[in-house]
Amino acid sequence: MKNASAPPVEKSGGSSKIHSTLVYVRQHWQLYVIFMLPAFLLTVIFRYLPMGGIMIAFTEYNPIRGFFASEWVGLDNFKRFLSSPDFMRYLVNTLKLSVFGLLWGFPAPILLAFLLNRILSTKTKQNLQLILYMPNFISVIVLCGIVRILLSPTGMINSLLGTGTNFMTMPEAFRTIYIASGIWQGAGWASIIYTAALSNASKELKEAAVIDGANIIQQIKAVEWPAIKDTVLIQFIMSVGNIMSVGFEKAYALQTDLNLNTSEIISTYVYKKGLLDGDYGFSTAVGLFNTVINVILLISMNALVKKMNEGKGI
Amino acid sequence: MKPKKKSEFAKYPAGDKTVLIIGYVILGLFIAAIIFPVVYIILASFIDPITLQNKGLTFDFSKWTLTAYERVLGNSQIWIGFKNALIYSVLFTILSVVVTLLAAYPMSRTDFKGRGFFNTIYVITMFFGGGLIPTYLLISNLHMLDTIWAILLPGAFSVWNMIIARTYYMGIPRDLQEAAEIDGANEMVYFFKILLPVCTPIIATIAMWQFVGMWNSYFDAMIYLNSASKQPLQLVLRSILVQNQPEPGMVSDMQSTAERAQLAELLKYATIIISSLPLMIMYPFFQKYFDNGIMAGAVKG
Repeated sequence: MKNASAPPVEKSGGSSKIHSTLVYVRQHWQLYVIFMLPAFLLTVIFRYLPMGGIMIAFTEYNPIRGFFASEWVGLDNFKRFLSSPDFMRYLVNTLKLSVFGLLWGFPAPILLAFLLNRILSTKTKQNLQLILYMPNFISVIVLCGIVRILLSPTGMINSLLGTGTNFMTMPEAFRTIYIASGIWQGAGWASIIYTAALSNASKELKEAAVIDGANIIQQIKAVEWPAIKDTVLIQFIMSVGNIMSVGFEKAYALQTDLNLNTSEIISTYVYKKGLLDGDYGFSTAVGLFNTVINVILLISMNALVKKMNEGKGI
Repeated sequence: MKPKKKSEFAKYPAGDKTVLIIGYVILGLFIAAIIFPVVYIILASFIDPITLQNKGLTFDFSKWTLTAYERVLGNSQIWIGFKNALIYSVLFTILSVVVTLLAAYPMSRTDFKGRGFFNTIYVITMFFGGGLIPTYLLISNLHMLDTIWAILLPGAFSVWNMIIARTYYMGIPRDLQEAAEIDGANEMVYFFKILLPVCTPIIATIAMWQFVGMWNSYFDAMIYLNSASKQPLQLVLRSILVQNQPEPGMVSDMQSTAERAQLAELLKYATIIISSLPLMIMYPFFQKYFDNGIMAGAVKG
C-alpha cells in the first residue's frame, strides 16, 4: 500500500489521500471508464444481482406475484430438502462422481506428461500430442453421443465382447462411463500444463543426474517431480474446490430414465426441480446448499495446503 | 532417422529399458483408445444401416452408402444450427475478448487505484454465485429470454481469462511503457499501439478458448432459447444424438418403425462426423499457441 505521490509528512492524511485519489482518477479516467467499466457492469448485473436473488430460497416463490408478494417461509425449503429421502442419494451421487472422478482423473494427465517427456523424437512427440489433445475439441453432446452409440446393445463394445448389454440403462455403469469418458476426453489436454512444466526442468540438472548414473525412476524423483510439484499442488486445490460443481452438461446428457439412481446429481436435480417443475424457491435453496459446501471445501483445502506448504496457498 | 533413434534408446541401461517399454505401451494404449473409436465411427457412418446392425463393420463396399450424409446435410435444421452456432461463437468471442483484454489492463498496473477492490469483486464471482434460478429470473426480468443477448452477455467477462491476460501484460518489459510515456502517448495509444501487438499469443489463446467453449456448449441455449430458428448446433445435435429424436424429415419417409430406428442410428454416426469436422480441421492451426497460452495461465494469478 505504498503511495509515492502522498508524502508521509502530510498532517491531514485522510483527506489528502482522498484528494490524491481524485486527482489520480481524473488524470486516468480512461482506465476506469473505457477499460474497467464494461467488465464491472457485466459483473454487477450478471453475477451480483443474482446473488440478491438467493433470497427466494427463503420464500415460496411465485413468479407471477414476484419476490415481495411471495410467501416468506424461512428455512422451510432447506428443511424439506435435507429431510427428504432423496437428499442423501443426490449428495452421495454428486460426491462419489466427483471424488472418484478426481482420484482417477487427476493422476492421468500427470502420468501422460511423464510418458510424453520420455519420447525421444520431438516430431513423434508433437504428433502424439496432436492426437491426445483432439478429444478436447469434441463437444459434450458429441462425446455423449459417441458414448451412447459405442455402448448401445449393437454398438462397438458389445460387438467386440460378443454381448448385447445395454450399458446406458445400468445404474452401476454410469459412474464408470462418466469418469472413463472424462479421462478419454480431458487427460491429454490437461497434460499440457505438466508437459510445459517438465520441459522447464533444467536440462543440465537432468544431464548431471544421468552422469551420476541415476536411473529413470531416480531421475523422476530427483529432477522431474520437483519441477512439477507446485503445478500439481495448485491444480489439486482447484480441483478440490470444484468438487461440488460436477458438470451439469455431461451428467444430464448421459442420463437415461433407468440410470437415475446413480446419475441424478444435485445440479441436474436443481435444474429439473426449478426450471422443469417451477419449484423456484426450493430449487434455489438446493443450489445454495451446493455452493456453500463448495466454498467451505475450497477454504479448508486452501488452509490445509498452506499449512503443508510453508505458508504458500493460492 | 531410425538408426539414430535406436542408438538413443540403446544407451539406456537394461532396467531403464524395461521402464521405458512399459511407459511406451501405456502411452500406446491411450493413443489407441482415442483413435480406435474415431476410426470406427468414420467407417460406420458409411455403412448401410441394416448391415451395420447385423454384421457390424464391413469392407464389402457394395454395402457402403452415403445415405446418412445426404440425409443429414439435406436437413435444414442442421444448417440453421451451424449458422446460429457460428454467429453466437463469433460475436461472443469478439465481445468477450474485448471486455476481458480491456479490464486486464488497469488490473496489470501496480499504480491503478482500486485494484484491490476490483480484484476482490471479481475473484468472489469465481467461487460464489446466485445459482441457476436467480440467474434465470434475472434474464427473464431483463426481457432477454429467447434473444441472443442471453447467450452473449452473462458469460462475456471471464475473470479467469482476465487474470491470464493480466499476468501476460505484467510480463511485458516495463521500458516499453516508459518509452511510450516519454513520447507523450496516453493510455489508449500505449494499450492499442504498443501493448496489444506484442500480446498476440495470449489473445489467440483466449479467443480460441472462448470460441470453442461457446461452439460446444448447450446449457445456456437450452434454458434461454425456445425458438427452433435460434437453436445452435449443439441443441440440434442433442435431439438427434441424446434424445433419439432425429429432425423431422430425416427418417419420416421410411415405412416401418424398425427401419426408422435403424436409420436414426446410422444418422448419429454421420451427424457426429459432420458436426465435429470444423473444429477438428481448425484446431491443429492453433496448436502452436497452446503451450504459450497455457503456461501464461499457469503462472500464479
